[in-house]
Amino acid sequence: MSDQLAPPPREATQPGVPQRMRMRMREKLILRVVSKALVPFILLFALYVQFHGDFGPGGGFQAGVLFAAGLILYGLIFGLSDLQAVIPLRVVEVGVALGVLIYGGVGVAALFLGRGREGMGNFLDYNALGHHVGEFGVDAHGQHLGILLVELGVGVTVSAGMLGIFYMFAGRGLKRGQE
Amino acid sequence: MNTVLVLILFGLLLATAVVIARLTDLFAAAMLTGIFSLLSAGLFTLMDAVDVAFTEAAVGAGISTILIIGTLSMTSRREDQQPLRLLPFVVVVLTGAVLVAGTLDMPAYGDPEAPVHQHALYQGYLDSAARDFDHIPNVVTVILASFRSYDTFGETTVVFAAAVGVFLLLGGRRRRQGTRLSQLDTAPSRSPDDARPGAGEES
Amino acid sequence: MNALAAHGVYWLCIVLMMTGLYIVISRDHLVKKIMGLNIFQVSVIMFYVALGKVHGGTAPILIGTGGDHGEVIYSNPLPHVLMLTAIVVGVATTALGLALVVRIQEAYGTVEEDEIVRMDREDAL
Repeated sequence: MSDQLAPPPREATQPGVPQRMRMRMREKLILRVVSKALVPFILLFALYVQFHGDFGPGGGFQAGVLFAAGLILYGLIFGLSDLQAVIPLRVVEVGVALGVLIYGGVGVAALFLGRGREGMGNFLDYNALGHHVGEFGVDAHGQHLGILLVELGVGVTVSAGMLGIFYMFAGRGLKRGQE
Repeated sequence: MNTVLVLILFGLLLATAVVIARLTDLFAAAMLTGIFSLLSAGLFTLMDAVDVAFTEAAVGAGISTILIIGTLSMTSRREDQQPLRLLPFVVVVLTGAVLVAGTLDMPAYGDPEAPVHQHALYQGYLDSAARDFDHIPNVVTVILASFRSYDTFGETTVVFAAAVGVFLLLGGRRRRQGTRLSQLDTAPSRSPDDARPGAGEES
Repeated sequence: MNALAAHGVYWLCIVLMMTGLYIVISRDHLVKKIMGLNIFQVSVIMFYVALGKVHGGTAPILIGTGGDHGEVIYSNPLPHVLMLTAIVVGVATTALGLALVVRIQEAYGTVEEDEIVRMDREDAL
């Protein structure tokens, strides 16, 4: 009942095919074994891309999409209800907003931490997040912390957003199938 | 070598685009859209845009394809066969000709003297990144997260807004007959419970 | 011949753009239109990224440390940054467009544009 999203297997649309051949995706051995083996690596690679975005191509967006793709693969093979047992819809809803909150929170923290004689600091001014402004007016530690937190916020929002959009599409298909 | 690869990839891209236009089996067209994204990611890499290639491959071949297939499973899977229409073709050829005429003034591909490279932000960003962000070699990440942080904030908000929009459109309870354009004024008013995104949990 | 080598990449991008545009304006199936829009978007991004390419350059990831990158030529990172944003915004609009297509299917029973327009005209009478 939960693989409405996948097109029906070729055998099911041909008349005269025995019932036992119409298997759901979770019962197909190769799909099940390979996806179960791959999903942890996809999620791990997503985390790698998130934190390695400083040294090579990568960063928050790519990592968020990869993370969501790994979970979507699990959901496609094993069903939407199994996926929602792992990551409920409520978590996704919170996650979408949490990432933007982290990003804005870093900005607001820079506002308050950068408070000086002139008044409030600057929004998203990472120099305020560190303790020692270096030679060129840039605080290396503060900048690095700022970039890390900001990319984290982006990664959380993008992965929750993509996963949530998938939930909506798959859930709509399920509701149609139940009528 | 680079030129040959660029030409081959462009040829494949063009062939894929033409076949997508002609196919009436939309599942096959959706798969070809994924392949199109992957080929364009290869082309971006040849143009030294590795971050863009990464994002395009992940987003185009990953998320877009699954969303298109999801939509096709809820709508029709085949497109009505359509005769070749002359007017759109003429419009497209004229627009293309005008655009090509517009590119004749442009600097050559890869020219280091192009105005876009003379602007202070090219060497300026590279110098600032090399000097201040010594421990973060990826200049694109530095620009995205530090120099142009405001724009990335807006982009994150766009993703948030899109997710909220899809939640609102598809998350509510499904009525037997959706509302058509002519029925907008007379549509039965919805109680606040209907539009809750959590309504999906009831099934 | 010189113009071809100098601008050939731009012309190929324009041909792709026009293919995408043709799909959008001539096909009736709404999901097909969205696929055409995707093609259009990718080709526009490719045009933009091609502007940033420098001959003999490499990807804008600094090689070596200590700021001694003076001998290495990098491609312009600014178009890459802008196009990253554009790709993400593009997928957001695609997702919203597809959600609207699903709702249209539920309201009209079809996603072929000519039939939808005909139904709207009949309702208006």
